[in-house]
Amino acid sequence: MTTEGAVRRIMGIETEYGISVPGQPGANAMLTSSQIVNSYPTAAAARARRARWDFEEETPLRDARGFDVTRDAADASQLTDEDLGLANVILTNGARLYVDHAHPEYSAPECTNPRDAALWDKAGEHVMLEALHRAAQIPGTAPIVLYKNNTDNKGASYGCHENYLMRRSTPFADIVKHVTPFFVSRPVFAGAGRVGIGQEGGQAGFQLSQRADFFEVEVGLETTLKRPIINTRDEPHADAEKYRRLHVIVGDANMSELATYLKLGTTSLVLAMVEDGWLREDLSVVQPVAALHDVSHDHGLGHLLTLHDGRRMTALQLQNEYHEQARKYVEDRYGSDVDQDTTDVLDEWESVLDRLAQDPMLLREELDWVAKLALLEGYRSRDDIDWDHPRLQLVDLQYTDIRPEKGLYARLASRDKMRRLFTDDEVARAVVRPPEDTRAYFRGRCLAQYGEQVAAASWDSVIFDIPGRDSLQRVPMLEPLRGTHAHVGELLDRCKTAGELVAVLTEGA
Amino acid sequence: MAGKETAGGQRRANRQREEAEETEVEPETDVQERHEKLSEDVDSILDDIDEVLEENAEEFVRQYVQKGGE
Repeated sequence: MTTEGAVRRIMGIETEYGISVPGQPGANAMLTSSQIVNSYPTAAAARARRARWDFEEETPLRDARGFDVTRDAADASQLTDEDLGLANVILTNGARLYVDHAHPEYSAPECTNPRDAALWDKAGEHVMLEALHRAAQIPGTAPIVLYKNNTDNKGASYGCHENYLMRRSTPFADIVKHVTPFFVSRPVFAGAGRVGIGQEGGQAGFQLSQRADFFEVEVGLETTLKRPIINTRDEPHADAEKYRRLHVIVGDANMSELATYLKLGTTSLVLAMVEDGWLREDLSVVQPVAALHDVSHDHGLGHLLTLHDGRRMTALQLQNEYHEQARKYVEDRYGSDVDQDTTDVLDEWESVLDRLAQDPMLLREELDWVAKLALLEGYRSRDDIDWDHPRLQLVDLQYTDIRPEKGLYARLASRDKMRRLFTDDEVARAVVRPPEDTRAYFRGRCLAQYGEQVAAASWDSVIFDIPGRDSLQRVPMLEPLRGTHAHVGELLDRCKTAGELVAVLTEGA
Repeated sequence: MAGKETAGGQRRANRQREEAEETEVEPETDVQERHEKLSEDVDSILDDIDEVLEENAEEFVRQYVQKGGE
């Protein structure tokens, strides 16, 4: 199977979770987020030392010792101010779990395809759930609740960012030109749904996207102010001459497995077309920021966007244009050699667009915004309440409560009212095991079997503290496609200690 | 709670597309019937959800205040 092409590329999702302590609105979110992160059992590291994130990837080995904060398994309730915000661990599934500003964040491991990336994103919800249960056992800790959403409806937004590794040679202007209209229209299937219009949700109503109203500019580096549709942050965590990372901040956090999968798969396909110079037609929309808001505010899907060439079309029709181009592109480039992942994304995408055009309610068991809207309309009609009623805002919020007994998405899924792509077993495995076909495999397995000797790690390195060696031993992993099961599985099986592994890697022993 | 749908959605997607084509010209009354059926479904789901919805929605929602992230 090829690793690059059509929908396949290195990708992954990072999600900041909403966090609250019911009844204690003044709770310090940095403290509660640290409690969540520090509560998660981190393999052997939980017993001995916590492998730290290697922030300074370029720093010589010896300096890395400075970051190895030997805080051991400090009781989370005893954290001092100095510790706040430092909580930052690496998991055996290759993910990073840490405190970002005032939210716990799960950065899923690198995957090679949208299905895996969606699976390891779903695993993140279970990581958070486990952490939440553990934190609740700390004496004196009030119960914390986590939400996989993107706004508090009071002006604050927090992100769910997608990352796609792209060829460095692709002109950035091409990305902006061709990807912007795609992002403007993508909420028709990728939106998580939101009660409230405007950043503070002040205007009553329902919209497709949690995030749309927080976007204010077309292109930029910022992620917290003047958020841009196309974000220019470019730390590839890989060979920068070969790769750029497209850091996508415009998406919603999804509970729906299909929405996550389609969001990743279709975006990857569009990026492949941009990389190959396939998209010739200009689908640019006039005033894309306003257009993004308009698309999100129109759950009837009838709003007509104006293109630069004067054409007018709905967001669904715009998505159809991209889908049609993608079909032709895949046929032209791959013909009958097309991989199954790509075929599946194309088919699911088409099916979803077709059914949205007929009647969005046909997707009520598949897409977040439709599932949410069906519940909301149910309450509106049964209880005769309007869009500004707090019960509807509560349904919006509680849809993403990650606790299975409280979360409304979870209630729907447990009644077979949400289509799932993954079995519980697959998700449970992804909570503890890394994907096998990227460097996340090496990272995750090192944490699982040499946890006590892993001093620090980052996306592109693992640093060992080997007994008997004077300096820390840093293993660089700049190539995301190395360190796979095929590449190092046997080696890791063979090396019982980190010392043996490092000896083999450095001396070829 | 194993999914009632499995992965490998190609066959499913094709089936859905066929359904989509078949129903493309469905009369308004069919849409209406489907929505009536839907609201019956939803009512039973709402009964289930009523039991888990947080109490005092107004207070609960008001107290959900986040700091920005990212």
